[in-house]
Amino acid sequence: MHLALRIARRFGVFLLSLLGASLLIFLLTNALPGDVAQVLLGTDATPEAVAKLRAQLGLDRPLPVQYLSWLGGILVGDFGHSHLNGQPVLALLAPRIAVTMWLVLFGLLGSLLIALPAGMVAALKRRSWPGFTISAAAQLGMAVPVFWGGILLVLVFSVGLHWLPANGYVPLARNPAQWAAHLVLPSVTLALVQAAVLIRYVRSAFIEVLNEDYFRTARSIGWTPMRALLRHGLRNAAISLVTVIGLQLSSVLVGAIVVESVYTLPGLGSMLLTAVGQRDLVVVQGTVMFLVLAVLLISALVDFSYLLIDPRQGASARSDDGRTAA
Amino acid sequence: MRHATASSVRSHSRSAKALAALLGLALAVVLAACTPTSTSTSSTSSGELRTLSVGATLEPASMDPWHNTAASIPQVLLYNVYETLVKVDSTGAIKPLLAQAWEVSPDRKTYTFHLNPAAKFASGEPVDAAAVVANITRMKADTKLTETLRAQLAVVAGATATDDTQVQITLVHPSTMWLYDMSSTLGMILDPAFTGDLNTASAGSGPYTVKAHNQGQNVILAANDKYWGNPARFDEVTFRYFTDPTAMNAAMLSGDLDVISNLQAPDALAQFADTSRFTTISGTTNGEVVLGLNHDNKALAKLPVRQALTMAIDRKALMDTAWNGQGTLIGSMAVPTDPWYEDLSGTNAYNPDRAKALLKEAGYDAKSPLTLRLRVPVVPYAVKSAQFVASQLADVGVTVKIEELDFSRWLSEVFTNGDYDMTIVAHVEARDLGKFANPKYYWHYNSAKFAALYTAADEATTEAQSNELMKQAVRYLADDAAAIWLFALPNLVITKATITGVAQNATTLSFDLTTITSR
Repeated sequence: MHLALRIARRFGVFLLSLLGASLLIFLLTNALPGDVAQVLLGTDATPEAVAKLRAQLGLDRPLPVQYLSWLGGILVGDFGHSHLNGQPVLALLAPRIAVTMWLVLFGLLGSLLIALPAGMVAALKRRSWPGFTISAAAQLGMAVPVFWGGILLVLVFSVGLHWLPANGYVPLARNPAQWAAHLVLPSVTLALVQAAVLIRYVRSAFIEVLNEDYFRTARSIGWTPMRALLRHGLRNAAISLVTVIGLQLSSVLVGAIVVESVYTLPGLGSMLLTAVGQRDLVVVQGTVMFLVLAVLLISALVDFSYLLIDPRQGASARSDDGRTAA
Repeated sequence: MRHATASSVRSHSRSAKALAALLGLALAVVLAACTPTSTSTSSTSSGELRTLSVGATLEPASMDPWHNTAASIPQVLLYNVYETLVKVDSTGAIKPLLAQAWEVSPDRKTYTFHLNPAAKFASGEPVDAAAVVANITRMKADTKLTETLRAQLAVVAGATATDDTQVQITLVHPSTMWLYDMSSTLGMILDPAFTGDLNTASAGSGPYTVKAHNQGQNVILAANDKYWGNPARFDEVTFRYFTDPTAMNAAMLSGDLDVISNLQAPDALAQFADTSRFTTISGTTNGEVVLGLNHDNKALAKLPVRQALTMAIDRKALMDTAWNGQGTLIGSMAVPTDPWYEDLSGTNAYNPDRAKALLKEAGYDAKSPLTLRLRVPVVPYAVKSAQFVASQLADVGVTVKIEELDFSRWLSEVFTNGDYDMTIVAHVEARDLGKFANPKYYWHYNSAKFAALYTAADEATTEAQSNELMKQAVRYLADDAAAIWLFALPNLVITKATITGVAQNATTLSFDLTTITSR
């Protein structure tokens, strides 16, 4: 009963956040100078022609009316149509979401592949050279701008060695090998940058574990530090790591936008940049709403995953509630 | 004291296995992808797809040139997908396309076009006189047609099909410009039977059809296997769009692209110096980089001030600095492929001392200095030129405040609302000096003398007379310092060494694929 109440409260907050975000997004995008009627008319534009087209597109209606009609559409799953080419926003979004999703997925997996072992080594050997080297490399990695790292990788692996395509994208359904080839460099770029940040968190989470009583006990019964760390440390460090990864996901999304533009990937980021440039506000609003939804969902999932990683959280919540009820 | 129970260790090892499996899968995908990519994109051997990959800058929002003025649409569609009655070649001359021949009546008001009887649309239907008439009727009735096309069409009084392959078009008054306009978007013949969505589909008579437009990525053309003329030389042509010139150059260097349709950063030319791999084509375009002056500004309404500003800017040095010395110094609103072109870069030539004197005469000196706002769109040539202009004008005592605006904002504030003193933008349309005859256009240049000259040139009764009058009109603009013409953009095309036939000069908005071949 109380768990249901907690879930309901969480859901209410979720809906309110979405509503607040929608209002903020709408106001911010409408504060941009210039509009899509101008872009459509281009060098044909006269003040009269712009006014006429604005009226045709419904852009001359009062802002509250425009906001409510947009919000009403979203509630029934209609994100509106692009002013530039009349296509439904959802149809434009779908293929872009796939691209960004792959990039974020591989970027995150890659960063974990690098950061988990490197962070563990950095924690275990923190007073000798492997630890120092890893920490220094992570500092360096954080200082390198994403686009610069991307250009460097392109110069080496595409222009120099001709191993991988420099940029562009091929959908998975059309040619899986080409799809993968086009995603390697962007994913590696994203993974390296994210790993640099993640390594520090992994390192400090594991250093904390190393100082715990259960770790000393495990060592005292003859386990090697690595075995003790893998058996008991991983799960205990996981709570803080999952929190960090959850927070990192939004920064991975932002990183993906930069990576997409370096590698001309047709993802959400490049769609957003183009739509802002062309003042196709319906598309901008739809894309940002989707990103907000994704981030809110992720944070909800992170909360939920605590229960899976650490059953004590669920148990303590129950016993807390039990006490209150009694 | 906390300790791990046996059950938690078991569940831990289960999830560890799942994690390991997932990571293994990811690794396998990455390794599989690390095989070298095929760099040969075109091949003549039978069975293999002959493809061409062209890098371009601005992505069209739709595939409909009748309701959208963006130059990126005809870049893909003109001559390749939609054909016109006549076409402009690389030298600027008008040549037959759908019309094998045409006659002009002595009063230059009636044009008779003889269509090629073989011509047919991709649907298989013939491009006959009725189809041409239907196109003109359709555009006349279209209330949403772009203003540019509507203005170009205004001179047409009517069109009649005199037989299956013969069309007679009568004009309200003689017009030199009209036939040129017919070689561009205005003349594109759409299949009258087409009922689909022009935003995404095509229905022309050209050697290619629109196969797909992947938003944010590319436009793919496929060979029209029913083409009536010389068959397309490629099975598939992809126009790939890059907002970042560095990314486009990298794609070319790595072998992903066959052609860069127009190099956006001329300082990158050196990267393509290896002639065993690349061919560099350098020609002219219709793009005049105009330093526009707002004639509503009190100071800029004075001829001596405009002359002084022109004289204060060393345009040769500007072109060297901003555009790596690539381009043509023009001095007025005409480019080398226009029949009435002459080099007017010597008019109001660089002379800072004379500029200072003229400004002083006009009442601007150290005590009451002239301050101007230079509001430019964020495009490479404008941003680079603006810095140079500001520094040169500072040398003659004029203070310039540079403001960079993104293109949408520039369109709204500068172009439509006229909120600026000076701006820099390239005018890429062909033979566009007529813009100066419109006092409502964003320069607010209002010269009855120029307007009369231009109209007389357009309506002249012989071609020679028309060209001579156009020449006078162009000269008048230069003498009147109606604007400051910095330079004309070069046509810098980079191709793989195996590609030949790319037109040297870009005389239309089309990136003409019909002449390109691959060895």
